[in-house]
Amino acid sequence: MADVIFRTQGVTKVYDTGDVKVYALDGVDLELYKSELTVLLGPSGSGKSTLLNILGGLDHATEGRVWFKDTELTDMSDRGLTTYRRDHVGFVFQFYNLVPSLTARENVQLVTDVALDPMPAEEALELVGLSKRMDHFPSEMSGGEQQRVAIARAIAKRPEILLCDEPTGALDSTTGVQVLEALRDINDRFGTTTVVITHNAEIQRMAHRVIFFQDGKISETRVNDKRLDPSEIAW
Amino acid sequence: MVSGMHAIDKKLLRDFKRLWIQAVAIALVLACGVAILLTSVGMYKALSETRAAYYERNRFADVFAHTTRAPLSLLSEIARIDGVMSVEARISGDAILDIPGRTKTAVGKILSYPETSDPVLNVPLLVAGRFPDPSSTHEVVVNAPFAEASGFEPGDSFSANLRGRKRSLTIVGTVLSPEFVYTIGPGALMPDNTSFGIIWMSERAAAAAFDMTGAFNDVSLALAAGMATAPVIDALDALLEPFGGLGAYDRTTQQSDAFLDAEINQLKGMAAILPPIFFGISGFLVSMVMSRIIALERSEIGLLKAIGYSNTEVCLHYLMLAALIAVVGVLVGWIAGTALARTLAAQYANFFDFPFVIFRVSYWVYAATGLAGLATTSLGAAQAALKAARLAPAIAMQPPAPPRFKRSFIDDAMARLRLAQSTVMILRSLLRWPLRSFLTSLGLALAVAAVIAATFINDALDQIVDLAFYQTNRQDAMLLFAEDVPEAALEDVRHLPGVLQAESQQFHAAILHHGHRTKRVAIESRRPGTDLSRVLDTQGKPLDVPPGGIVLSQRLAAHLDVQSGESIEVEFLSGRRETFSVEVTELVELYFGLGAYMDFEYMNALFRQAPRISTVNITLDALQTDALHAAIKNTPRVSGIVEMNENRRAFQDTIEQNIVVMNTIYIAVAVLITIGVTYNAARIQLSERARELASLRILGFGRGEVSYILVGEMMLIALIAQPFGWLIGAGIARLMTNAFTSDLYAIPLVLKPATFAIASLVVLCAALGSVMIVRRRLDHLNLVSVMKTRE
Repeated sequence: MADVIFRTQGVTKVYDTGDVKVYALDGVDLELYKSELTVLLGPSGSGKSTLLNILGGLDHATEGRVWFKDTELTDMSDRGLTTYRRDHVGFVFQFYNLVPSLTARENVQLVTDVALDPMPAEEALELVGLSKRMDHFPSEMSGGEQQRVAIARAIAKRPEILLCDEPTGALDSTTGVQVLEALRDINDRFGTTTVVITHNAEIQRMAHRVIFFQDGKISETRVNDKRLDPSEIAW
Repeated sequence: MVSGMHAIDKKLLRDFKRLWIQAVAIALVLACGVAILLTSVGMYKALSETRAAYYERNRFADVFAHTTRAPLSLLSEIARIDGVMSVEARISGDAILDIPGRTKTAVGKILSYPETSDPVLNVPLLVAGRFPDPSSTHEVVVNAPFAEASGFEPGDSFSANLRGRKRSLTIVGTVLSPEFVYTIGPGALMPDNTSFGIIWMSERAAAAAFDMTGAFNDVSLALAAGMATAPVIDALDALLEPFGGLGAYDRTTQQSDAFLDAEINQLKGMAAILPPIFFGISGFLVSMVMSRIIALERSEIGLLKAIGYSNTEVCLHYLMLAALIAVVGVLVGWIAGTALARTLAAQYANFFDFPFVIFRVSYWVYAATGLAGLATTSLGAAQAALKAARLAPAIAMQPPAPPRFKRSFIDDAMARLRLAQSTVMILRSLLRWPLRSFLTSLGLALAVAAVIAATFINDALDQIVDLAFYQTNRQDAMLLFAEDVPEAALEDVRHLPGVLQAESQQFHAAILHHGHRTKRVAIESRRPGTDLSRVLDTQGKPLDVPPGGIVLSQRLAAHLDVQSGESIEVEFLSGRRETFSVEVTELVELYFGLGAYMDFEYMNALFRQAPRISTVNITLDALQTDALHAAIKNTPRVSGIVEMNENRRAFQDTIEQNIVVMNTIYIAVAVLITIGVTYNAARIQLSERARELASLRILGFGRGEVSYILVGEMMLIALIAQPFGWLIGAGIARLMTNAFTSDLYAIPLVLKPATFAIASLVVLCAALGSVMIVRRRLDHLNLVSVMKTRE
C-alpha cells in the first residue's frame, strides 16, 4: 500500500442557518494515497466540494480531524493554512479563475514567484500544450485553453496535491478531454496526488480510486483495476 | 403592474440601503457643492440686498466731493446741474481725540449735522440717544461701533483737539451711517474702531471749529435714477475748481462702498469657481458606482426584462437610485448651506456696520441648487442607466466576457523591469481603464488643489505683512497734519517726546491719464534716501524716484495700461490744478492701495511752492509713547497719529480669524472629496476583483500580498494625482489672487513647497485611511464561494 497523504477522522461540517442545521459532511473517515488520482462522485449537495475545501485548507471542519501526511490541519491558523496552500496544494477551479489582466505566462508566474521550488512558467504551459499561447490574455483564449492555463498554474509549483473542483464542468466534451489528458499526464509524470470532483460519472473510469458521496457520507469506495485513457472517455 | 412596481421600488430602497456608505460619501461631496452655492449666492444676495435697502432708506449719495472752502451760495448752482436730485453740503474735518482713561489718542472725523432740517443725504440712523441740539456747541453723536469699542454711552464726554482748540464734547447719541459701513481711519489698513471714530456735531459748532461760517468743504449729490455720474462729476468739478475742489467721485471710489463692492464680487467669484468642481466630482462618482452596479446586476436586468419590464422602466430604476443619492446630498447641502450662510451673514453684519441684515434666500435658489444636484447625479448615472436599458435580456443573463487586455509596448517595458505579477496587475488595471483611472486621479487632484487654494493664502499674507510692515513701512507711527505744513515743522516733530527718527512725506490727490484710461490716486513724495517709508524695486532694493519721473505700482500700471518708459498725464487736484506729462520710470510691487511715487523736490517744484509736508514718519522710544500721545493731544496742527504696530495687529487679527475658518472648511472639503473618491473607487475595485483576489488567497497568497494589489492601485492613483493637484491648485490660487485683487488691495501668488507638501499629505493620508477601511473587507473574503460561482 502506498503512503497515506490525507487522513480524515469523523469529519463533520454543519451549516447552521438558525432554524435548521444542515450537515454538509456527516462523519467522514477517509484515506487518500500518494500518487493516486481519485475521483469524488456524487449529486449536488452530497458534500464532495465541502470535503475538497477542508482538504485544501480553505475551510475548517466543525468536528473531526484532518491530517496532511503527519501534519494536522484541523485547528491550523489562517496563516498556517496560507503557507500550507502555498507550499503543497494546487487548485483547479470550474471557472478557471484566471486573472484577466495577466497573460497565460504571467498567470502562471503569479505562483512561481512565490513558490519554494517551482518549474519555469514556460515549462508548465508546455506540459499542458500551450507553449504557443503563452503571451495571450484570458480573453483571447478558449475555455479549454483557459482551464489548461489554470492547470499549468496549479502544477507549476510542483505541488504534492492537485485539487480539481469540476475542472471540466464548464467545457464541452472535446476540450474537456484535453483538460483530463493534461491532468492524467501530470499525475503519471510527477506522481502528483490528484483529487477530481465531478458530476460526470464517465470520468471515474480514468481514476485509481473512486469515492461516492451521498448525503454528506461516503456511500462507496471503489478501486479501478483498469484505468481508461481520457481519449477513450466521451460524454 | 402596480404591485410589480412596488417590488422594483423595494429593490431600489434595498439597493440604496446596501450601498449607503458609498451613497453617503457621494452625497456629502454633492452637499459641499450645494452648500457652497447656496452660501455664496445667499450671502451675495443678503449683502447686496441689505446694502441696496440701507442705501435707499438712508439716502446714500451718488457723487461726493471735497473742497478747501466753498461759499454756500454755490449750492444753488450745484443743484442746477443736469440730473442732480438733491444736494447736501457739510463741513468736515479731522481731530485728535483724547479719550478719558486712555493714554493713546484716537482720530476723529468730524461732520456737521444740519441745523434747520434733517439731513437730506447720507442720513445717519439713530441707534441710541438723540441727535445734537442745533444750538449746542458741545453735543455730538458718534458712530455706534466707535462708541462700543471705546465704552461710550450717551452722556459720556471726551475731548477733541479741533484745530488747536481743545474742546470737551458730550455724546448725546450713537448712530450708524450708510457712508461708513466699512470704516478705515486715515493711513490705516483695517477698520479699528478704538482708534478711529466719526463724530457729528451741530453745523454751528463745526463752522466755528473749522472756520467755515457761510461755507462748506464737503458736498454730496443724489442723482436722478439712471443718470450717468461722469457728466455730473465734470460739471461739479468745474464749479468747485475755484474753491479748491479736490475732484468729485462716485460710489466706486467711495471707500466704504468700494470695500463692500469688493466683498460682493468675491462672493460672486466663489459661486462661480467652486461649486462646479463639487458637482463634477459627484457626477463622476455616481457614474463610476452606477456602472459597477449595472455590471453586477446584469442577470437581474435580464430577468427584469424577461418578465416584462420595459427598457424605460429599467433605465428609470437605475436613474432613481442616482436621484436618491442626489436627494440626500441636496438635503444635507441645503441644511449646511443655510446654517453657514446665516452664520456668515451675522459675521458680515458684525464686520460691516449694517443696522440690519436682510437674509432671505429665495426659494428659487433652493430650487436651482436642488435641480443642479439632481441633474448632476442623473447625468452621471445616464450612461450606465442607458446601458442597462439597452442590454438584451438573453445577453444580460449570461456572464460577461472577461475584460479584454492587449499587449502593448508598456508590457515589454514592464517585462524588462521584471516587476512582480501583483505590480503588473496594478499597472495593467490602470491602463485597461485609462479614463476611469484618469478621472479618479483628477478627483484626488482637485482635493489636493482645494487644500493648496486655501493654504497658500497663509504665505501670501505673510508676504503682505512682511512687505507692508517690515520692508516698506518701517516707521513706528505716522503723524498726520490737518493740512500741509512747511517742511520746518519736521524739526518740531523731532523735538516731541520719544521721537528718535523723523522723515517727511507729502501727498497730493491726482488723476492719472493714459490714453482713455484714468485713475484717481494719491501721489506720495519723499526725499531721496528716506529710510522709514521706502519704495522697493522688484528685487526688494530701496528705490529713489528720479526727479521728473513717477513710479507706479504694477497694479496701477496695469490699470492704466502703461509700461515703464512711457509717459502719463498727471492732473493734480490741489494747488493750481495743473496737468503735467511725466515719464513712468519704474514699476514696483505693492499689496495695499494703488501706489504712485514722485521725488519730493520735483513735486514741490511742480507746485511752485517751498517744500511742504503732509505727514511725518517717526520711530519711537517705546518707553515714551504715552508722553508722545500726551503731547500730540495739545499739538494744534497734528490731526492724527497712526501706530503701525496696531495697524499690523488689527490686520493680522482680522485676517487670521478668516483664514482659520477658511482653511478648516477647505481642508474638510478636501478630505470629503478624497474619501468620496477613494472609498468608492476602492469598493468598486474590490467588487470587480473579489474573485481574483480570493483566487490568489487560495493559491497561497497572504493577506498582505493580496492587500497590496488593492491598496497599491489606489495609492498609485493617489500619487499620480499629486502633480496634477499641484498644477490645478496653483491655477486656482492664481485665479483667486486675480479675483481678490481690487484697487484696495492685492494678494500675491506665493507658492512654497510646504504648501504643496501639506496638501499632498492631507490627501494621501485621507486616501490611505479610506482604502484601508475597504481593505478590511479582504479579511472576510469568502474563499469557498468564489470557487463555485461567477460574480
